[in-house]
Amino acid sequence: MAKYLRKRLLEIIPVLLFITFIVFFLVFWVGDPVALMLPEDAKQEDIENLRSALKLDEPMLVQFGYFVSNVVQGDFGKSFRYGEDALPIVLERLPSTLTLAFTSMIIAVLIAIPAGIISAIRRNSATDVFVTGFSILGKAMPSFWLGIMLILIFGVIFKILPVSGNGTWAHLVLPSITLGTAVSAEMTRLVRSNMLAILQQDYIRTAISKGVKPLSLILKHGFKNALVPVITIMFLQISTLVSGALVTEVVFAYPGLGQLLVQAVSGRDMAIIQAAIFVVAIMVILLNLLADLLYKVFDPRIKYN
Amino acid sequence: MQINKIEVSELVEDSLPEYKKNSVNRMLKLLIKSKTGLIGLVIVLIVTIIGIFAEQLAPFDPNAINPMLINKPPAWLEGGEFAHFLGTDNLGRDLLSRIIIGTKVSLIVGVCSIAIAGFIGMIIGLVSGFYGGFIDNFFMRLVDSFLAIPNILFMLVVLGVFGPGLLTLILVIGATQWVTYARLVRGEVLSIKERDFVKASRTLGTKDRTIVFKHILPNVISSFIVVSTLSIATAILLEASLSYLGLGIQPPMISWGGILEGGRNFLATAWWISTFPGIAITITVLGIIFLGDWLRDVLDPRLTK
Repeated sequence: MAKYLRKRLLEIIPVLLFITFIVFFLVFWVGDPVALMLPEDAKQEDIENLRSALKLDEPMLVQFGYFVSNVVQGDFGKSFRYGEDALPIVLERLPSTLTLAFTSMIIAVLIAIPAGIISAIRRNSATDVFVTGFSILGKAMPSFWLGIMLILIFGVIFKILPVSGNGTWAHLVLPSITLGTAVSAEMTRLVRSNMLAILQQDYIRTAISKGVKPLSLILKHGFKNALVPVITIMFLQISTLVSGALVTEVVFAYPGLGQLLVQAVSGRDMAIIQAAIFVVAIMVILLNLLADLLYKVFDPRIKYN
Repeated sequence: MQINKIEVSELVEDSLPEYKKNSVNRMLKLLIKSKTGLIGLVIVLIVTIIGIFAEQLAPFDPNAINPMLINKPPAWLEGGEFAHFLGTDNLGRDLLSRIIIGTKVSLIVGVCSIAIAGFIGMIIGLVSGFYGGFIDNFFMRLVDSFLAIPNILFMLVVLGVFGPGLLTLILVIGATQWVTYARLVRGEVLSIKERDFVKASRTLGTKDRTIVFKHILPNVISSFIVVSTLSIATAILLEASLSYLGLGIQPPMISWGGILEGGRNFLATAWWISTFPGIAITITVLGIIFLGDWLRDVLDPRLTK
């Protein structure tokens, strides 16, 4: 276990280095921020001084070295917009995004697991067709559009839920439903196919012939065994969840990482963009690692190597 | 759906000896049998025709501002006019014409970006799978890195650096989607490489290039086509999301995501501006998914997703 964990943690290093390089290269490509930082009538001498103070006159690889050493120390530079260090600004937004991701995941699970199980048991029935249709529709529908439609129905026509901002639980309802529905579409399909595979196993047939009650058959013999793939499926949706959260936050003006990032991109606030990519990438990598470990805890047949 | 698949594999087995002769027949048979495939094909054909002849089909100039026609509702509501069937937007522009012109942009982005992604992914997958070793290791770490960053995040950053626009959008979607193809093609190559006919051919002294293009490529192409079809749907959804965030297609060029965004602030007075482009996106993506599922049954019965 410890050995496996060490190996997986070591594998993260080249991935992080590569992400660092991409982030650095993009900013290097944008070019000199000096022109933006000084007044237009600045003397050539001042420009040169600032350039060398910021180490912009060094070769690219040397600049990359400085960049890596700063990143390792958590220093992404100051945000143009806020005039403060970028990393704390990004970290401050992280809890609201995580809250949204968490509540959406709960909604997705609450939809996907019962729907997936029922449609697997009643295979090819009207219920199954309905559930499958719903999950295909969920994949085809842009989630931001679903969000706007929910705003239209619950915020504009019935006026029962707030449509922007955050603070109370009510602010979380519409964004979580929007994101949860998007995630549940794929999840339902995967729960259904896993459950179908399990229902064809010999031990299920044995249980049926022994006269095990249907409910106990489905929950104890079927679903308990489907749980391992379902947990993996939950974690596989993390990337979808994070991407979805970025867009959903903008639709509902929810002050999380996504909103911060979109504003930073429009304003070309490079320090914030770099810090945000790092935080999100590390979050995704760690959650995927956790998924792998959980998978092995729940299914001891899987070997570490 | 499940029944279809079993029948498909039986069909394939029956027709194996005269596979080529029967393939067109089989395709048509499967098309008639799979209702969703037929619906998908019809939707995709209609959308493609609308996209190609957008300028001729649009009843009005999509950018013509008319202060007399601001926020006119669709024809079937009170105050609507038949001429402006889906109503007009906050600047009095005809919504139907704008959606028709938007079709063109969606299709261009979808097809071009996937062509780029497919080309890059195919080459990397072939090289990586065929040669293995260090090259394979390098490319697979690259794939891991791309998978660690949620797509939307990477795109936001690149668009932030290079500035939004049609070409950037196509390139950036292509640059993130190749990963799927590289993995798919590599996996296929790895299994085909070990098959007897490839080994036999190598024993006879066939050149690497000939083996790749004559033996391996034709065996990879069918799953490649299936995945490409489904990826076009993903690309269209990504384009819409990015344009909605204001970082994709820029006005005066018209895109579905852009129209949706423009209507976001007029939900209370003109709900139709944001509603209809979303329906257009959903129908188009649904059609492509249906077509893709049918193609999978026809071209690659082994693939069950």
